[in-house]
Amino acid sequence: MTSDITTPFYQYILDGGNGLTPKEDVLYGVRQDALARFRTLGLPDLKTEAWRYTNIQRVLKEQPFVLQQQALPVTAAQLAPAFIPELSCYRAVLVNGHLQPELSELPAAKDITISKLSEATQQKGFKTFFDKHPHLADQPFAALNTALFADGLFIELKANAVLDKPLHIIHVYTLTQHAFLQPRHLWIAHPHASATVIESTLGLHNDAVAFVNSVNEVVLEENAELWHYNIQNAVQNSRYVNQTAARQETYSRYHHYNFALPQATMIRNNTSVALTGSYTETDLHGLYLANGNQHVDNHTFVDHLVPHCNSNELYKGVLLDTANSVFTGRIHVHQDAQKTNAFQQNNNLLLSEKATINSQPQLEIYADDVKCSHGFTVGQFSDESLFYLRSRGIGAEAAKHLLVNAFAFDITDQVHIPALQHYLTEEIRTVISN
Amino acid sequence: MLTIKNLHAEVDGKEILKGIDLEIRKGEVHAIMGPNGSGKSSLASVLAGRENYTVTQGEVNFDGKDLLELSPEDRAREGMFLAFQYPVEIPGVSNINFLKTALNEIRAYKGLPAMEAKEFLKLTKEKQQLVEFNANLMNRSLNEGFSGGEKKRNEILQLAMLDPKLGILDETDSGLDIDALRIVAGGVNKLRGPEKSFLVITHYQRLLDYIVPDFVHVLYNGRIVKTGTKELALELEEKGYDWLKEAEVHV
Repeated sequence: MTSDITTPFYQYILDGGNGLTPKEDVLYGVRQDALARFRTLGLPDLKTEAWRYTNIQRVLKEQPFVLQQQALPVTAAQLAPAFIPELSCYRAVLVNGHLQPELSELPAAKDITISKLSEATQQKGFKTFFDKHPHLADQPFAALNTALFADGLFIELKANAVLDKPLHIIHVYTLTQHAFLQPRHLWIAHPHASATVIESTLGLHNDAVAFVNSVNEVVLEENAELWHYNIQNAVQNSRYVNQTAARQETYSRYHHYNFALPQATMIRNNTSVALTGSYTETDLHGLYLANGNQHVDNHTFVDHLVPHCNSNELYKGVLLDTANSVFTGRIHVHQDAQKTNAFQQNNNLLLSEKATINSQPQLEIYADDVKCSHGFTVGQFSDESLFYLRSRGIGAEAAKHLLVNAFAFDITDQVHIPALQHYLTEEIRTVISN
Repeated sequence: MLTIKNLHAEVDGKEILKGIDLEIRKGEVHAIMGPNGSGKSSLASVLAGRENYTVTQGEVNFDGKDLLELSPEDRAREGMFLAFQYPVEIPGVSNINFLKTALNEIRAYKGLPAMEAKEFLKLTKEKQQLVEFNANLMNRSLNEGFSGGEKKRNEILQLAMLDPKLGILDETDSGLDIDALRIVAGGVNKLRGPEKSFLVITHYQRLLDYIVPDFVHVLYNGRIVKTGTKELALELEEKGYDWLKEAEVHV
């Protein structure tokens, strides 16, 4: 099936999306419900509060898209540049959202199940958790994804399993024409399991535009721990709407790191966590480094539903050229969620007079015995710091790089894998030196 | 080494230096004294290339090069070092990484390869002892949370590491207790030699008990109004600056 995402496509959905989901699909009912939900919610425009700084309709109308793109062949040589040097890891390679076992190095099946999501629909984990995250219900792009997704990654860490090496997921996109892609993932960490997952992107599409509307549901059961790194290092002809929706049971620990790097023209992240069990730890750490004409929009949501949970959020942005960024950090502390600790901080470094940031904290606190704080700063290089470094023989460019790294240090320093930390520092260096 | 001729400079349209002439030869230590606001620190800033100063007249020759044509980093690479009156704190840049970057940038400018890690550590260790610098501070962020004395010792440590031809000490003694002063001055004295010159800017004669200068200049109202030997510093200590101010009126 091929259809445009411009007006005819949108109309097509409004008209019922006939034929988009075949009746024999096991998820036919789910998809029909999602379509109906999308029709009710509609595509957001600038009057939609959560999208007022990101003109998504304009991005969608830039060119017509096809709705499906099968995996095209990718060689090992094409893949190699996506590897993280010196990182000893397992590897899962997805091409246009489809897992490619022959390009992957997956861990042994005794601890973990890794498969195509399309092959997991009969699994108990899928039936229990798929499309059940409470935060997806009012998200039009999530509804669209549920209705139309072709495939994605299903990961299930068994109870007590400890993955001995990080799993590096490489999302490869290779297209013959402009495409609207909808990868869909579901990751479940059963009780006491622990793992590190690193996502990154390899764009092999040159002139063809990839609009990637991805949804990832992450479930941490009791006392599970997950380090989740998402490195958004796409090529220029990419636009992203990325929803990561996690839920955490008692004593679980979720460490989420988002690195939005050049060169995708648009990135919109909805990163949300529902705390459904007590005594959890949540880290939401983000670094957005945007240059050129990039638009990077981070919406985060920490939903404190129960007592005794700790969340710590730090997003830092470095903006160059005419880059534009948005940070909206929502924290909702429900009436029952006493003894909550919820902290949020957003700091920005503007390195150009034409770069902009729109930042807004949204704290809704209905419990009375909590510790919550938020803060926002925007700054430029201190001339005095720059002069100090230069007066020691450090060139202006190198000095700027040192200062950007120093600014990003709070985030990069938290990266608990040295090879990954080094890789990210080098990525930052490359961006700043250009 | 350094020849300053009729140097005029202004900041925000206000003339601060009004015709400085100064000659520093190899191996010499010159002290510049003067009351607050006389232009001492401005002179240091202009020499180091601070951007908010505009040179309106005059010339500065540094070891055969037109200093005023050089960027701040190239002045450092050519062998000029300014020890700051107020060293800057830079969170997130470690002291050791900063020193390594600076050292290797200067080496690269001179066409030398980056220093081997082992050699660098040996050099660092040796120079740390020179100013009794606490080794624990090396891995900390640059000057962040350092005491006043630690910051000034760090300046001299950097001077020792980068091995310049000319070291300018801008009120390095201000805010130091007598022990820290002795350590800082001791470090500088160990670095003195026939190839290295110093320009010591100070408000107080006290520092010159420890770093004994070859020449003392008095700066007042943007001009050097008197030049003498170390005895001049003692005279200033005794009489203050007022008699010079009166002298300047008559000039």
